Amino acid sequence: MFAFVVRRLIGMVFVLFAITVLTFLIFFATPGIDPSRQLAGRNPDPATVAAIRHQFGLDRPLPVRYALMMKRLFISRDLVSYGNQALEVVPAITAAAPVTFSLVFGAAVLWVIGAIAIGLLMVTFKGTFVDPLLMVLALIGISMPVFWLGEVVNLITQDRLHDTFLFSWVPPLGYTPFTEDPWQWFLHLIFPWITLSVLYIGFYARVLRADLLEVQHDDFVRTARAKGLSPQSVLVRHMLRTSLITFVSLFALDFGVLVGGGALLTEVVFGLPGVGQLTFNSLRSLDLPVIMATVIYGAFFITIMSALVDIVYARLDPRIRPA
Amino acid sequence: MAEFAFEPGPEVHLAPGESAKEISGRSPWRLAGRRLARNRLAMAALALFVLIVVVSLLAPFYANHIAKTDPFASNLTGTTVVDGKEVEVIQETSGGLGLGSVPIGPTWQSNYFIGADNQGRDVMARVLYGGRASLQIGIASAVICTLLALALALLAGFFRGWTDSVLSRAMDLIWAFPVYLLAISLATVLLTKAGGLKWGPVTIDASSLWVPTWIIAIVYIPYVYRPLRGQVLSVREKEYVEASISQGASNLRLMFAEILPNVVSTAIVLLPLMIATTILTEAALSFLGIGVQAPQASWGTIIDDGQNLLYTRPLVAIVPGIFIVLTVLALNVLGDGVRDALDPRAKVRVRE
Repeated sequence: MFAFVVRRLIGMVFVLFAITVLTFLIFFATPGIDPSRQLAGRNPDPATVAAIRHQFGLDRPLPVRYALMMKRLFISRDLVSYGNQALEVVPAITAAAPVTFSLVFGAAVLWVIGAIAIGLLMVTFKGTFVDPLLMVLALIGISMPVFWLGEVVNLITQDRLHDTFLFSWVPPLGYTPFTEDPWQWFLHLIFPWITLSVLYIGFYARVLRADLLEVQHDDFVRTARAKGLSPQSVLVRHMLRTSLITFVSLFALDFGVLVGGGALLTEVVFGLPGVGQLTFNSLRSLDLPVIMATVIYGAFFITIMSALVDIVYARLDPRIRPA
Repeated sequence: MAEFAFEPGPEVHLAPGESAKEISGRSPWRLAGRRLARNRLAMAALALFVLIVVVSLLAPFYANHIAKTDPFASNLTGTTVVDGKEVEVIQETSGGLGLGSVPIGPTWQSNYFIGADNQGRDVMARVLYGGRASLQIGIASAVICTLLALALALLAGFFRGWTDSVLSRAMDLIWAFPVYLLAISLATVLLTKAGGLKWGPVTIDASSLWVPTWIIAIVYIPYVYRPLRGQVLSVREKEYVEASISQGASNLRLMFAEILPNVVSTAIVLLPLMIATTILTEAALSFLGIGVQAPQASWGTIIDDGQNLLYTRPLVAIVPGIFIVLTVLALNVLGDGVRDALDPRAKVRVRE
């Protein structure tokens, strides 16, 4: 077990290193990309461009630039944005991360509860109209672009039905920190949570249904039935437990992807100042250091998360360890 | 459910004049095709998808002969005829500070059927043109992605050893990035290059549809590569491959004649689901402004245009979204049907 953990962690460190190199190369070594042009403003004279190149170290060889960039990102943590040199990249990300985390955490609660409920309903009512109906609803949930769904939700709750009793309590788009006012935090996030979770409820309910149907003829289910347990009890206490294995491993990875920046579109549509919004804003101004930092942050989060999943799995299931 | 790939010989009743040879030659593909054709839901989904493709292909016809507008030219001062009266396409509003202007709303007539956008362009015609771009990018990138993943999976699974290690580590690296962030990174860099991209003699304009197509194709390769590589690894151990090796078959023959035909079905199962995914990704990138570039339109860019008009002219954003939902829904249902037909016990899933 210990050897496995060490090996997995060493593998993780290599991937993390490769991520920083690849991201750096994408942004700063693609031929034709010259950040100094952007820094110098419109129609700069060559001396200004040269001075800026020197100031940002753009005239150094690539490996040196990589090392400098990583030093400023991870060690001295004073990497600044190209567009606004008062904006330090690392504090900007640590300030935005709690927003993203609030969004993803709430959506995750909704999607786990929703997906398990719908998955169980589909299996319980298999053979009636309920199962195909829920199946189609789940498929529609998977097929909707999340940013479009967000706009439709905004249209209804912020405009068309905002003045009716249904949605008059919905606050304007934006975010209130939990530490400031938990109730407002909750109100601001309800519709982003619902919007973000719809896709995952659909996807996980379908996965759960398939897994439940797969174990329904297994020996342990027959045994449970034979000893006279009620169908509900067999379904929830025996079948569901087994089927949750896939569910949980998928969940950990999707959660990682979303916190790592996958919730970008939801944040943009609902005006939540999270990491995704930060990426989007720097995208508009082509602020390469900020985009690079958010991409590295996202990839790091996912890599560390999947290493943790593997280790927890190996702890739970010894058969995985040799692999 | 219980169907077998082989017709049980003795029970087959021959029609007069029919020889056993003629009916025994049913390939697994034809059997799968028949199973698919019998799946009514999947056929309905296929019909819906074909309908959307055809309607999108008819975009120039719609623009020239029905709407009679140029959906790519802005028309800020033009007028159009509604119910026999001539009205301005961009109308002044008295609301707010009295300075605003609002494009014409849905007329439910051939001209400006669902209204105009901020530039006074016919939205319905743009949605149809946008469909062409979205479908082209979605289908092309899914096909490119699947072909590349298939080639890499064949190499890795067949040669194993260091080939496999190198390829699989590279795939792990791409996998480690959130899909959208990697796509954003590539798009940011590729779209800002002045003068387009040059690879030797090939020059791709930055506004070409091939830029988002290749970005999306590359980003999803690991998602197709992983199941295919596993499949190649297991097929490689099968007895018929051993038999072929013992007969002295070359590597190429083993790869293309023995292994490839047995993993192609997995690739085909994945394809409709991949197209659904790539269409959603294209829409998201275009919505963020880094997919399809003006003057071209796609469903994603039209939703983006409609964002500013959301509360005044909501249809501009809603209609292209409905097209996306219907297309992706049809592809998902079709994908389920193809999987059931080709591979009833498959555990292949495409993840977002």
